[in-house]
Amino acid sequence: MMHQLIVAIDWHVIWQRIFHPDNVFARALWATIYISVVAQVLGVLLGLLAALGRMSRLPPLRWISATYVTVFRGTPILVQIFYMYFAFSWPTLHIGGVWTIPDAAVAGIAALSINEGAYMREIIRAGIDSIDRGQMEAAKSLGMRYGLAMRRIVLPQAARVIIPPLGNEFNNMMKTTSLLFTIGVYELFADAQQKYSQTFIADYYIAVAFWYLVLTTIWTVIQASIERRLSASERGQELTFQERLVAAWNPVSAWARGAR
Amino acid sequence: MQAEDVHKRFGRLHVLKGVSLEVTKRETVCIIGPSGSGKTTFIRCINHLEKIDSGRIEVNDHLIGYREKNGKLVEDSERNIARQRTQIGMVFQRFNLFPHKTALENVIEAPVRVLGAPKAQAVEEATLLLGRVGLGDKLDTYPGKLSGGQQQRVAIARALAMKPALMLFDEPTSALDPEVIGEVLTVMEELAHEGMTMIVVTHEMGFAREAADRVVMMDDGLIIEEGTPEHFFEAPEHERTKQFLSKIL
Repeated sequence: MMHQLIVAIDWHVIWQRIFHPDNVFARALWATIYISVVAQVLGVLLGLLAALGRMSRLPPLRWISATYVTVFRGTPILVQIFYMYFAFSWPTLHIGGVWTIPDAAVAGIAALSINEGAYMREIIRAGIDSIDRGQMEAAKSLGMRYGLAMRRIVLPQAARVIIPPLGNEFNNMMKTTSLLFTIGVYELFADAQQKYSQTFIADYYIAVAFWYLVLTTIWTVIQASIERRLSASERGQELTFQERLVAAWNPVSAWARGAR
Repeated sequence: MQAEDVHKRFGRLHVLKGVSLEVTKRETVCIIGPSGSGKTTFIRCINHLEKIDSGRIEVNDHLIGYREKNGKLVEDSERNIARQRTQIGMVFQRFNLFPHKTALENVIEAPVRVLGAPKAQAVEEATLLLGRVGLGDKLDTYPGKLSGGQQQRVAIARALAMKPALMLFDEPTSALDPEVIGEVLTVMEELAHEGMTMIVVTHEMGFAREAADRVVMMDDGLIIEEGTPEHFFEAPEHERTKQFLSKIL
Protein backbone atom coordinates (compact mmCIF):
# COMPACT_ATOMS: atom_id res chain seq x y z
CA MET A 1 0.00 0.00 0.00
CA MET A 2 2.63 2.49 1.12
CA HIS A 3 4.86 1.25 -1.65
CA GLN A 4 2.19 1.88 -4.26
CA LEU A 5 1.56 5.32 -2.87
CA ILE A 6 5.18 6.32 -3.11
CA VAL A 7 5.55 4.90 -6.63
CA ALA A 8 2.37 6.70 -7.63
CA ILE A 9 3.87 10.08 -6.78
CA ASP A 10 5.29 11.83 -9.80
CA TRP A 11 8.60 12.83 -8.25
CA HIS A 12 9.69 14.54 -11.41
CA VAL A 13 6.84 17.05 -11.20
CA ILE A 14 7.57 17.77 -7.58
CA TRP A 15 11.28 18.12 -8.25
CA GLN A 16 10.57 20.58 -11.02
CA ARG A 17 8.19 22.66 -8.93
CA ILE A 18 10.52 22.87 -5.99
CA PHE A 19 13.88 23.40 -7.64
CA HIS A 20 12.94 25.01 -10.93
CA PRO A 21 10.21 27.51 -10.15
CA ASP A 22 9.17 29.60 -13.14
CA ASN A 23 8.28 33.28 -13.27
CA VAL A 24 4.56 32.72 -12.96
CA PHE A 25 5.17 30.70 -9.86
CA ALA A 26 7.41 33.40 -8.38
CA ARG A 27 4.62 35.92 -8.86
CA ALA A 28 2.18 33.59 -7.12
CA LEU A 29 4.58 33.10 -4.22
CA TRP A 30 5.06 36.84 -3.88
CA ALA A 31 1.28 37.35 -3.89
CA THR A 32 0.82 34.86 -1.07
CA ILE A 33 3.51 36.59 0.97
CA TYR A 34 2.38 40.18 0.56
CA ILE A 35 -1.30 39.35 0.99
CA SER A 36 -0.56 37.51 4.25
CA VAL A 37 1.64 40.27 5.61
CA VAL A 38 -0.61 43.18 4.67
CA ALA A 39 -3.79 41.40 5.82
CA GLN A 40 -2.17 40.44 9.13
CA VAL A 41 -0.88 43.95 9.82
CA LEU A 42 -4.28 45.48 9.04
CA GLY A 43 -5.94 42.73 11.09
CA VAL A 44 -3.83 43.60 14.12
CA LEU A 45 -4.69 47.29 13.78
CA LEU A 46 -8.40 46.51 13.44
CA GLY A 47 -8.17 44.14 16.38
CA LEU A 48 -6.51 46.84 18.48
CA LEU A 49 -9.20 49.36 17.60
CA ALA A 50 -11.91 46.82 18.38
CA ALA A 51 -10.23 45.89 21.67
CA LEU A 52 -10.06 49.54 22.72
CA GLY A 53 -13.70 49.90 21.61
CA ARG A 54 -14.60 46.91 23.73
CA MET A 55 -13.10 48.61 26.78
CA SER A 56 -14.54 52.02 25.99
CA ARG A 57 -16.77 53.92 28.38
CA LEU A 58 -19.14 54.70 25.51
CA PRO A 59 -21.75 51.95 25.05
CA PRO A 60 -22.12 52.40 21.24
CA LEU A 61 -18.42 51.64 20.76
CA ARG A 62 -18.76 48.52 22.87
CA TRP A 63 -21.77 47.40 20.84
CA ILE A 64 -20.02 47.96 17.54
CA SER A 65 -17.04 45.98 18.78
CA ALA A 66 -19.22 43.12 20.03
CA THR A 67 -21.25 42.94 16.82
CA TYR A 68 -18.11 42.99 14.73
CA VAL A 69 -16.65 40.00 16.53
CA THR A 70 -19.92 38.08 16.56
CA VAL A 71 -20.51 38.51 12.84
CA PHE A 72 -17.01 37.88 11.55
CA ARG A 73 -16.18 34.99 13.83
CA GLY A 74 -19.61 33.47 13.41
CA THR A 75 -19.74 33.26 9.62
CA PRO A 76 -17.55 31.33 7.16
CA ILE A 77 -14.59 33.26 5.89
CA LEU A 78 -15.28 32.02 2.37
CA VAL A 79 -18.68 33.71 2.47
CA GLN A 80 -17.02 36.89 3.69
CA ILE A 81 -14.47 36.77 0.88
CA PHE A 82 -17.12 36.31 -1.80
CA TYR A 83 -19.34 39.02 -0.39
CA MET A 84 -16.44 41.44 -0.12
CA TYR A 85 -15.35 40.80 -3.70
CA PHE A 86 -18.74 40.81 -5.39
CA ALA A 87 -20.59 43.42 -3.31
CA PHE A 88 -18.12 46.24 -3.82
CA SER A 89 -16.03 47.44 -6.69
CA TRP A 90 -12.39 47.41 -5.74
CA PRO A 91 -9.64 49.40 -7.42
CA THR A 92 -6.48 47.91 -8.82
CA LEU A 93 -3.63 49.53 -6.94
CA HIS A 94 -0.38 50.62 -8.55
CA ILE A 95 2.23 51.28 -5.95
CA GLY A 96 5.37 53.10 -6.97
CA GLY A 97 4.84 52.20 -10.60
CA VAL A 98 6.38 48.74 -10.09
CA TRP A 99 4.00 46.91 -7.84
CA THR A 100 0.46 46.23 -8.99
CA ILE A 101 -2.17 44.77 -6.69
CA PRO A 102 -5.15 43.53 -8.73
CA ASP A 103 -8.66 44.33 -7.53
CA ALA A 104 -9.35 40.75 -6.45
CA ALA A 105 -6.28 40.82 -4.22
CA VAL A 106 -7.37 44.13 -2.73
CA ALA A 107 -10.80 42.65 -1.97
CA GLY A 108 -9.10 39.54 -0.57
CA ILE A 109 -6.85 41.58 1.70
CA ALA A 110 -9.87 43.53 2.92
CA ALA A 111 -11.82 40.35 3.67
CA LEU A 112 -8.92 38.59 5.36
CA SER A 113 -7.92 41.56 7.47
CA ILE A 114 -11.45 42.27 8.67
CA ASN A 115 -11.91 38.61 9.55
CA GLU A 116 -8.52 38.55 11.27
CA GLY A 117 -9.33 41.70 13.24
CA ALA A 118 -12.21 39.88 14.92
CA TYR A 119 -9.85 37.17 16.17
CA MET A 120 -7.11 39.63 17.07
CA ARG A 121 -9.54 41.65 19.18
CA GLU A 122 -9.91 38.75 21.58
CA ILE A 123 -6.17 38.13 21.67
CA ILE A 124 -5.33 41.79 22.25
CA ARG A 125 -8.03 42.18 24.87
CA ALA A 126 -6.79 39.13 26.73
CA GLY A 127 -3.29 40.64 26.57
CA ILE A 128 -4.43 43.97 27.97
CA ASP A 129 -6.57 42.25 30.61
CA SER A 130 -3.55 40.27 31.77
CA ILE A 131 -1.80 43.49 32.83
CA ASP A 132 -2.41 44.40 36.46
CA ARG A 133 -4.81 47.33 36.92
CA GLY A 134 -2.23 48.94 39.15
CA GLN A 135 -0.11 49.68 36.09
CA MET A 136 -2.75 51.94 34.61
CA GLU A 137 -3.36 53.52 38.02
CA ALA A 138 0.33 54.19 38.55
CA ALA A 139 0.59 55.76 35.09
CA LYS A 140 -2.48 57.91 35.72
CA SER A 141 -1.26 59.01 39.14
CA LEU A 142 1.88 60.28 37.39
CA GLY A 143 -0.31 62.52 35.25
CA MET A 144 -0.39 60.34 32.15
CA ARG A 145 -3.52 60.39 30.05
CA TYR A 146 -5.23 57.22 28.93
CA GLY A 147 -3.69 57.12 25.44
CA LEU A 148 -0.17 57.76 26.64
CA ALA A 149 -0.49 55.24 29.47
CA MET A 150 -1.77 52.62 27.02
CA ARG A 151 1.00 53.28 24.54
CA ARG A 152 3.91 53.55 26.94
CA ILE A 153 2.93 51.34 29.84
CA VAL A 154 0.15 48.83 29.16
CA LEU A 155 0.58 47.81 25.51
CA PRO A 156 4.33 47.17 25.66
CA GLN A 157 3.68 44.75 28.52
CA ALA A 158 0.63 43.24 26.85
CA ALA A 159 2.72 42.66 23.71
CA ARG A 160 4.54 39.83 25.45
CA VAL A 161 1.24 38.07 25.97
CA ILE A 162 -0.10 38.97 22.55
CA ILE A 163 2.84 38.04 20.36
CA PRO A 164 2.88 34.22 20.68
CA PRO A 165 -0.79 33.80 19.63
CA LEU A 166 -0.29 36.55 17.04
CA GLY A 167 2.45 34.43 15.52
CA ASN A 168 0.07 31.50 15.31
CA GLU A 169 -2.51 33.73 13.68
CA PHE A 170 -0.01 34.69 11.01
CA ASN A 171 0.83 31.07 10.43
CA ASN A 172 -2.86 30.46 9.82
CA MET A 173 -3.12 33.55 7.67
CA MET A 174 -0.51 32.33 5.21
CA LYS A 175 -2.51 29.17 4.67
CA THR A 176 -5.89 30.89 4.59
CA THR A 177 -4.77 33.10 1.69
CA SER A 178 -5.21 29.98 -0.47
CA LEU A 179 -8.96 30.58 -0.32
CA LEU A 180 -8.48 33.70 -2.43
CA PHE A 181 -7.98 31.56 -5.55
CA THR A 182 -11.79 31.30 -5.53
CA ILE A 183 -12.13 34.99 -6.43
CA GLY A 184 -9.34 34.83 -8.98
CA VAL A 185 -6.30 35.95 -7.05
CA TYR A 186 -3.23 34.36 -8.56
CA GLU A 187 -1.47 33.12 -5.45
CA LEU A 188 0.31 29.85 -4.65
CA PHE A 189 -2.72 27.61 -4.61
CA ALA A 190 -4.20 29.15 -7.76
CA ASP A 191 -0.90 28.40 -9.46
CA ALA A 192 -1.10 24.74 -8.44
CA GLN A 193 -4.75 24.61 -9.41
CA GLN A 194 -3.96 25.90 -12.87
CA LYS A 195 -1.12 23.42 -13.39
CA TYR A 196 -3.43 20.60 -12.35
CA SER A 197 -6.23 21.62 -14.66
CA GLN A 198 -3.76 21.65 -17.55
CA THR A 199 -2.20 18.26 -16.79
CA PHE A 200 -4.46 16.38 -14.35
CA ILE A 201 -1.37 15.53 -12.33
CA ALA A 202 -2.41 15.80 -8.68
CA ASP A 203 1.20 15.99 -7.54
CA TYR A 204 1.19 19.71 -8.15
CA TYR A 205 -0.78 19.89 -4.92
CA ILE A 206 1.98 18.10 -3.06
CA ALA A 207 4.49 20.55 -4.48
CA VAL A 208 2.42 23.54 -3.41
CA ALA A 209 1.91 22.04 0.04
CA PHE A 210 5.67 21.87 0.29
CA TRP A 211 5.94 25.57 -0.45
CA TYR A 212 3.41 26.46 2.23
CA LEU A 213 5.48 24.36 4.59
CA VAL A 214 8.56 26.36 3.63
CA LEU A 215 6.75 29.63 4.36
CA THR A 216 5.38 28.50 7.72
CA THR A 217 8.73 27.05 8.73
CA ILE A 218 10.57 30.27 7.93
CA TRP A 219 7.96 32.12 9.95
CA THR A 220 8.39 29.74 12.85
CA VAL A 221 12.08 30.60 12.95
CA ILE A 222 11.37 34.33 12.84
CA GLN A 223 8.68 34.01 15.51
CA ALA A 224 10.99 32.10 17.81
CA SER A 225 13.63 34.79 17.59
CA ILE A 226 11.11 37.58 18.20
CA GLU A 227 9.79 35.82 21.27
CA ARG A 228 13.27 35.14 22.55
CA ARG A 229 14.10 38.80 22.30
CA LEU A 230 10.84 39.80 23.99
CA SER A 231 11.39 37.55 26.95
CA ALA A 232 15.02 38.61 27.32
CA SER A 233 14.38 40.95 30.23
CA GLU A 234 11.68 38.81 31.67
CA ARG A 235 12.03 35.87 33.97
CA GLY A 236 10.22 32.66 33.21
CA GLN A 237 10.84 29.87 30.79
CA GLU A 238 11.29 30.46 27.15
CA LEU A 239 11.10 27.82 24.48
CA THR A 240 14.30 26.92 22.75
CA PHE A 241 14.39 27.02 18.99
CA GLN A 242 14.06 23.25 18.81
CA GLU A 243 11.09 23.11 21.17
CA ARG A 244 9.47 25.85 19.17
CA LEU A 245 9.92 23.92 15.93
CA VAL A 246 8.46 20.78 17.43
CA ALA A 247 5.59 22.75 18.92
CA ALA A 248 4.80 24.46 15.65
CA TRP A 249 4.62 21.18 13.79
CA ASN A 250 2.70 19.38 16.44
CA PRO A 251 -1.04 19.97 16.11
CA VAL A 252 -1.77 18.89 19.66
CA SER A 253 0.56 21.39 21.24
CA ALA A 254 -0.61 24.05 18.82
CA TRP A 255 -4.15 23.36 19.88
CA ALA A 256 -3.13 23.52 23.51
CA ARG A 257 -1.73 26.99 22.92
CA GLY A 258 -5.07 28.08 21.60
CA ALA A 259 -4.52 28.07 17.87
CA ARG A 260 -7.54 27.57 15.70
CA MET B 1 -5.32 69.63 50.93
CA GLN B 2 -8.84 70.15 52.01
CA ALA B 3 -11.60 67.55 51.99
CA GLU B 4 -15.15 68.47 52.87
CA ASP B 5 -17.90 66.01 53.64
CA VAL B 6 -16.73 63.42 51.12
CA HIS B 7 -19.16 60.61 50.39
CA LYS B 8 -18.41 57.52 48.35
CA ARG B 9 -20.57 54.52 47.59
CA PHE B 10 -19.67 51.29 45.87
CA GLY B 11 -23.10 50.14 44.79
CA ARG B 12 -25.04 49.76 48.02
CA LEU B 13 -21.96 49.90 50.16
CA HIS B 14 -21.49 53.32 51.76
CA VAL B 15 -17.71 53.47 52.10
CA LEU B 16 -17.15 57.11 52.97
CA LYS B 17 -19.88 58.73 55.03
CA GLY B 18 -18.80 62.34 55.08
CA VAL B 19 -15.06 62.62 55.58
CA SER B 20 -13.60 66.06 56.21
CA LEU B 21 -9.91 66.61 56.65
CA GLU B 22 -7.53 69.48 56.22
CA VAL B 23 -3.84 69.03 55.72
CA THR B 24 -1.70 72.14 55.58
CA LYS B 25 1.54 72.65 53.74
CA ARG B 26 4.59 70.79 55.12
CA GLU B 27 2.37 68.72 57.36
CA THR B 28 2.50 64.93 57.63
CA VAL B 29 -0.74 63.21 58.52
CA CYS B 30 -1.14 59.52 59.17
CA ILE B 31 -4.47 57.83 58.65
CA ILE B 32 -5.00 54.71 60.71
CA GLY B 33 -7.97 52.44 61.13
CA PRO B 34 -9.16 48.87 60.66
CA SER B 35 -9.41 47.41 57.18
CA GLY B 36 -12.66 48.32 55.49
CA SER B 37 -12.80 51.63 57.32
CA GLY B 38 -12.43 53.55 54.06
CA LYS B 39 -8.95 54.99 54.53
CA THR B 40 -7.55 53.60 51.27
CA THR B 41 -10.66 54.66 49.36
CA PHE B 42 -10.34 58.14 50.83
CA ILE B 43 -6.71 58.57 49.84
CA ARG B 44 -7.52 57.31 46.31
CA CYS B 45 -10.23 59.96 46.04
CA ILE B 46 -7.62 62.65 46.69
CA ASN B 47 -6.03 62.07 43.26
CA HIS B 48 -9.32 61.04 41.71
CA LEU B 49 -8.49 57.39 41.17
CA GLU B 50 -11.95 57.01 42.69
CA LYS B 51 -14.84 59.31 41.90
CA ILE B 52 -16.72 60.79 44.82
CA ASP B 53 -20.49 60.92 45.12
CA SER B 54 -20.67 64.18 47.03
CA GLY B 55 -18.50 66.61 48.92
CA ARG B 56 -15.38 68.28 47.59
CA ILE B 57 -11.64 67.80 47.66
CA GLU B 58 -9.20 70.60 46.97
CA VAL B 59 -5.45 70.55 46.62
CA ASN B 60 -3.66 73.90 46.48
CA ASP B 61 -7.13 75.48 46.36
CA HIS B 62 -7.96 73.65 43.13
CA LEU B 63 -10.96 71.38 43.08
CA ILE B 64 -9.84 67.83 42.26
CA GLY B 65 -11.57 65.80 39.57
CA TYR B 66 -14.53 68.13 39.20
CA ARG B 67 -15.41 71.60 38.05
CA GLU B 68 -18.28 73.80 39.03
CA LYS B 69 -21.01 74.30 36.49
CA ASN B 70 -24.19 76.18 37.43
CA GLY B 71 -23.51 75.53 41.08
CA LYS B 72 -23.16 71.80 40.53
CA LEU B 73 -20.04 69.66 40.38
CA VAL B 74 -19.41 67.83 37.10
CA GLU B 75 -16.46 65.59 36.38
CA ASP B 76 -13.57 67.47 34.86
CA SER B 77 -11.98 66.62 31.52
CA GLU B 78 -9.41 63.85 31.37
CA ARG B 79 -6.78 66.39 30.40
CA ASN B 80 -7.40 68.56 33.46
CA ILE B 81 -7.54 65.60 35.80
CA ALA B 82 -4.23 64.35 34.42
CA ARG B 83 -2.72 67.81 34.91
CA GLN B 84 -3.91 67.92 38.52
CA ARG B 85 -2.40 64.52 39.18
CA THR B 86 1.06 65.78 38.22
CA GLN B 87 0.89 67.76 41.46
CA ILE B 88 -0.01 64.77 43.60
CA GLY B 89 2.44 61.92 44.04
CA MET B 90 1.10 58.50 44.90
CA VAL B 91 2.87 55.49 46.35
CA PHE B 92 0.96 52.24 46.22
CA GLN B 93 0.86 49.26 48.53
CA ARG B 94 2.06 46.99 45.76
CA PHE B 95 4.58 49.46 44.26
CA ASN B 96 3.18 49.24 40.71
CA LEU B 97 6.55 49.88 39.12
CA PHE B 98 6.65 49.45 35.37
CA PRO B 99 8.27 46.02 35.01
CA HIS B 100 9.44 46.58 31.44
CA LYS B 101 11.50 49.59 32.42
CA THR B 102 14.64 49.91 34.52
CA ALA B 103 14.63 51.79 37.81
CA LEU B 104 15.96 54.89 36.05
CA GLU B 105 13.46 54.59 33.19
CA ASN B 106 10.64 54.25 35.71
CA VAL B 107 11.67 57.52 37.32
CA ILE B 108 12.23 59.57 34.14
CA GLU B 109 9.16 58.30 32.25
CA ALA B 110 6.64 60.85 33.53
CA PRO B 111 8.93 63.90 33.72
CA VAL B 112 9.92 63.32 30.08
CA ARG B 113 6.58 62.17 28.64
CA VAL B 114 4.18 64.25 30.73
CA LEU B 115 6.10 67.38 31.71
CA GLY B 116 8.23 67.42 28.57
CA ALA B 117 11.51 67.70 30.47
CA PRO B 118 14.68 67.28 28.41
CA LYS B 119 15.89 63.71 28.79
CA ALA B 120 19.40 64.60 29.94
CA GLN B 121 18.01 66.78 32.71
CA ALA B 122 15.48 64.14 33.74
CA VAL B 123 18.22 61.51 33.91
CA GLU B 124 20.37 63.78 36.06
CA GLU B 125 17.53 64.47 38.50
CA ALA B 126 16.42 60.86 38.57
CA THR B 127 19.97 59.75 39.34
CA LEU B 128 20.05 62.18 42.26
CA LEU B 129 16.65 60.99 43.52
CA LEU B 130 17.56 57.32 43.28
CA GLY B 131 20.79 58.15 45.09
CA ARG B 132 18.81 59.84 47.84
CA VAL B 133 16.67 56.75 48.41
CA GLY B 134 19.85 54.67 48.51
CA LEU B 135 19.61 53.05 45.10
CA GLY B 136 22.32 54.90 43.22
CA ASP B 137 23.80 51.57 42.19
CA LYS B 138 20.54 50.13 40.83
CA LEU B 139 19.81 52.60 38.06
CA ASP B 140 19.80 50.03 35.27
CA THR B 141 18.15 47.23 37.22
CA TYR B 142 14.68 46.01 36.29
CA PRO B 143 12.06 45.94 39.08
CA GLY B 144 11.89 42.14 38.87
CA LYS B 145 15.47 42.00 40.16
CA LEU B 146 14.84 44.32 43.11
CA SER B 147 13.60 43.42 46.59
CA GLY B 148 10.23 44.74 47.75
CA GLY B 149 11.86 47.44 49.85
CA GLN B 150 14.02 48.55 46.94
CA GLN B 151 11.03 48.57 44.60
CA GLN B 152 9.06 50.73 46.98
CA ARG B 153 11.95 53.17 47.24
CA VAL B 154 12.09 53.40 43.44
CA ALA B 155 8.33 54.04 43.50
CA ILE B 156 8.86 56.90 45.95
CA ALA B 157 11.60 58.36 43.76
CA ARG B 158 9.32 58.00 40.74
CA ALA B 159 6.58 60.01 42.46
CA LEU B 160 9.06 62.64 43.71
CA ALA B 161 10.44 63.14 40.21
CA MET B 162 7.25 65.01 39.36
CA LYS B 163 8.04 67.51 42.14
CA PRO B 164 4.58 67.09 43.65
CA ALA B 165 3.04 69.46 46.16
CA LEU B 166 1.48 66.56 48.02
CA MET B 167 2.48 62.94 48.47
CA LEU B 168 -0.02 60.18 49.14
CA PHE B 169 1.10 56.85 50.57
CA ASP B 170 -1.35 53.97 50.46
CA GLU B 171 -0.14 51.40 53.01
CA PRO B 172 3.37 51.64 51.59
CA THR B 173 4.84 48.95 53.83
CA SER B 174 1.97 46.46 54.08
CA ALA B 175 3.25 44.28 51.25
CA LEU B 176 6.84 44.24 52.51
CA ASP B 177 8.81 41.67 54.44
CA PRO B 178 9.40 42.88 58.02
CA GLU B 179 13.16 43.20 57.55
CA VAL B 180 12.86 45.75 54.70
CA ILE B 181 10.07 47.89 56.16
CA GLY B 182 12.63 50.00 57.99
CA GLU B 183 14.47 51.14 54.87
CA VAL B 184 11.26 52.43 53.32
CA LEU B 185 10.12 54.16 56.51
CA THR B 186 13.50 55.85 56.86
CA VAL B 187 13.12 57.38 53.40
CA MET B 188 9.62 58.54 54.28
CA GLU B 189 10.75 60.02 57.59
CA GLU B 190 13.47 62.01 55.84
CA LEU B 191 10.90 63.26 53.39
CA ALA B 192 8.60 64.36 56.20
CA HIS B 193 11.42 66.14 58.01
CA GLU B 194 12.35 67.96 54.80
CA GLY B 195 8.88 69.47 54.82
CA MET B 196 7.05 67.45 52.18
CA THR B 197 3.30 67.51 52.62
CA MET B 198 2.29 63.89 53.14
CA ILE B 199 -0.81 61.84 53.78
CA VAL B 200 0.09 58.33 54.83
CA VAL B 201 -2.29 55.44 55.28
CA THR B 202 -0.35 53.13 57.55
CA HIS B 203 -0.37 50.85 60.54
CA GLU B 204 3.20 51.71 61.41
CA MET B 205 2.75 53.56 64.69
CA GLY B 206 6.52 53.88 65.01
CA PHE B 207 6.52 55.97 61.86
CA ALA B 208 3.57 57.99 63.11
CA ARG B 209 5.42 58.76 66.33
CA GLU B 210 8.62 59.66 64.49
CA ALA B 211 7.30 61.69 61.59
CA ALA B 212 3.62 62.55 61.83
CA ASP B 213 2.32 65.91 62.93
CA ARG B 214 -1.13 64.52 63.28
CA VAL B 215 -2.84 61.14 63.33
CA VAL B 216 -6.35 60.52 62.12
CA MET B 217 -8.39 57.48 63.07
CA MET B 218 -11.00 56.26 60.61
CA ASP B 219 -13.70 53.74 61.31
CA ASP B 220 -16.68 52.71 59.21
CA GLY B 221 -16.32 55.53 56.70
CA LEU B 222 -15.84 58.33 59.19
CA ILE B 223 -13.01 60.09 60.98
CA ILE B 224 -13.70 59.32 64.61
CA GLU B 225 -10.65 60.75 66.32
CA GLU B 226 -7.86 63.13 65.48
CA GLY B 227 -4.82 64.30 67.37
CA THR B 228 -1.08 64.30 67.82
CA PRO B 229 0.72 60.94 67.82
CA GLU B 230 1.25 61.37 71.58
CA HIS B 231 -2.45 61.75 72.10
CA PHE B 232 -3.02 58.41 70.42
CA PHE B 233 -0.31 56.68 72.41
CA GLU B 234 -1.21 58.15 75.76
CA ALA B 235 -4.86 58.98 75.89
CA PRO B 236 -7.02 57.82 73.04
CA GLU B 237 -10.58 58.76 73.77
CA HIS B 238 -12.76 56.76 71.51
CA GLU B 239 -13.58 53.20 72.46
CA ARG B 240 -12.95 51.95 68.88
CA THR B 241 -9.58 53.68 68.82
CA LYS B 242 -8.53 52.00 72.04
CA GLN B 243 -9.58 48.62 70.72
CA PHE B 244 -7.80 49.16 67.44
CA LEU B 245 -4.58 50.41 69.01
CA SER B 246 -4.50 47.57 71.48
CA LYS B 247 -4.50 45.18 68.54
CA ILE B 248 -1.73 46.77 66.51
CA LEU B 249 0.62 48.03 69.22
